[in-house]
Amino acid sequence: MRELTYAEALREALRQKMVADERIFLIGEDIGVYGGAFAVTAGLFKEFGAERVIDTPISEAAIAGACIGAALTGMLPVGEIQFMDFVTLSMEQLVLQAAKIRFMFGGKATVPMVLRMPGGSGTGAAAQHSESLENWFVHVPGLKVVMPSSPYDAKGLLISAIEDENPVIFVEHKLLYRTKGHVPEEMYRVPLSQANVVREGRDLTVVATSIMVSRALEAAERLAQEGIELEIIDPRTLNPLDEKPIVESVIKTGKALVVHEAVKTGGFGGELVSRIVESEAFDYLDAPVRRLAGLDIPIPYNRNLEYHAVPQIENIVEEARKLHQGAY
Amino acid sequence: MNDKPLYEALSAEDTARLLREIGPERSREMLQTMMLIRAFEERAQELFSLGRVHGTMHLSIGQEASAVGANFALTNHDYLLNTHRGHGHVLAWGSEVDLMMAEFLGREAGYCRGRGGSMHIADVSRNNLGANGIVGGGIPISVGVGLSIKSRKTDQVCLSVFGDGAANEGAFHESLNMASIWDLPIIYLCENNQYAMSMAVSHAFNIERISQRACAYNIVGVTIDGNDPLAVYQAVGEAKARAQAGNGPTLIEAITYRWKGHSKSDREAYRTRDEVKEWQQRDPIPHFARTLGLSQEEVAAMQAEVVSRIDAAVAFAEASPEPELSTILEGVYA
Repeated sequence: MRELTYAEALREALRQKMVADERIFLIGEDIGVYGGAFAVTAGLFKEFGAERVIDTPISEAAIAGACIGAALTGMLPVGEIQFMDFVTLSMEQLVLQAAKIRFMFGGKATVPMVLRMPGGSGTGAAAQHSESLENWFVHVPGLKVVMPSSPYDAKGLLISAIEDENPVIFVEHKLLYRTKGHVPEEMYRVPLSQANVVREGRDLTVVATSIMVSRALEAAERLAQEGIELEIIDPRTLNPLDEKPIVESVIKTGKALVVHEAVKTGGFGGELVSRIVESEAFDYLDAPVRRLAGLDIPIPYNRNLEYHAVPQIENIVEEARKLHQGAY
Repeated sequence: MNDKPLYEALSAEDTARLLREIGPERSREMLQTMMLIRAFEERAQELFSLGRVHGTMHLSIGQEASAVGANFALTNHDYLLNTHRGHGHVLAWGSEVDLMMAEFLGREAGYCRGRGGSMHIADVSRNNLGANGIVGGGIPISVGVGLSIKSRKTDQVCLSVFGDGAANEGAFHESLNMASIWDLPIIYLCENNQYAMSMAVSHAFNIERISQRACAYNIVGVTIDGNDPLAVYQAVGEAKARAQAGNGPTLIEAITYRWKGHSKSDREAYRTRDEVKEWQQRDPIPHFARTLGLSQEEVAAMQAEVVSRIDAAVAFAEASPEPELSTILEGVYA
């Protein structure tokens, strides 16, 4: 079986789409000769040249604006924000321009752009290079928010995001870049707004995003040895959310645990819990729906503190076990 | 106003040359478009005071020459990125006054199906990429339009319009720098109407001319009389030629004055009535009518035509239905 890393899968998606469609170009900081801070675009500058792999000055607002303007006039830009933290400098363009243009203009304009950015902690980069800000974008109608959790999804979702007519915030995870998985060579698509039941199980539903999917899978293996079977669902697209498989799963298991890396307060988990308890699954719940998320702190530098700032496999094991055993 | 003039007025020879170049028919059209903008906004204000308008609006009365001069130097093949004070540019771009008025009154037939209102009028089918409610919000978008034109190898240019206030946004710097390093075909038109809401240009800048900022990007920067449509026409025309020759963007500062308050909430405590009156003496409309040598009767006939177009637009807009509540969710996603 052909295996690629998550970064290679993303690169293959970009490359295959760029070969197929001349309207696509890449734009961002150090994505050219340097190949991107996480090497996602390595080699693409050599293959496609400076006009289609555009290195920019350090100007995040203008990178976002460049994507919007190009998208409005017939191009298909794929921008890169070097660290998700830096997207704070692009917020006006994304929230007030990209997200609003279509609606504000009566549905008569489209903004088909993708903005890729790596989020997440675990690299020792401390508070300003480790943010998980995806829920900021979930809160903005008009934007789509995608978070791939595996190399297979990374490629298939990026191809779908590029083909989508809306502005897509594409959130990668730094720790996933080097992880390997099965990735077919052909150009395939993972549809946006389609959740994935990553693992089936009868006892408890875990809804996890991004790197928490692989951690939840590992937790499930450990709990399986105790006879506890987790069902794991990866929404893949946070907004617009495919809520049906989540609701169906909770109806089946009667228990739900939501896991993400971003800080708990105001995080996507709150939205997931609300969707579950507002749905018909409410009547099937045997226990409160629980959230396992990042602590409400900036990401600390110290290795041990950083490790404990966000959910790890053992935290998921423990929380799922307690929930299963009726501790809540 | 400064003692030293900020710009050199067009000479009599230049004025005559430009009028020859533009031709009598089109120059009359320029004047009439200025009159149309004035009439549209005066009617807008009237409708507002009658309580027939839901939101606010930003009037450009006194600034019509800038909108007309700039847009008449371009075609609908080019692109426009507009400001919140943008009625003039929409009309000068050649968009339909009926659909504008319908949008202003929040009707389904309006340019944005009543979802945008005065501040967000766009006519994407004519490459008018919309007015913008965020000061400087359109400037980064111009970079993408410029890149797109360059990539598609057309001879289009992008007119990016903003006010003096926007020149102090960080986005201005990021964007002009990018446009410059890549020689993008963009015309940056800064309409310096002396105030960013209440903040006077003299307090907000420590330079005499906003166009001086062009030197930071090694691009051409000019300050011109924004109340003379021919001066604006000439500067934008030159900038267009420069852009099409591959020589990148230009920063044009058009000196003008906003006669009305910033928006409907403005009590204008930051300026004197005398100052406003002084600028009203320099009303660009009668001034340009005199330049064209038109008789009072001719001007009156043109004005009557404009008023009947506005009457028809109001009638059209008021006869148009409001958006159906059942469509409220439409248009968020493609």
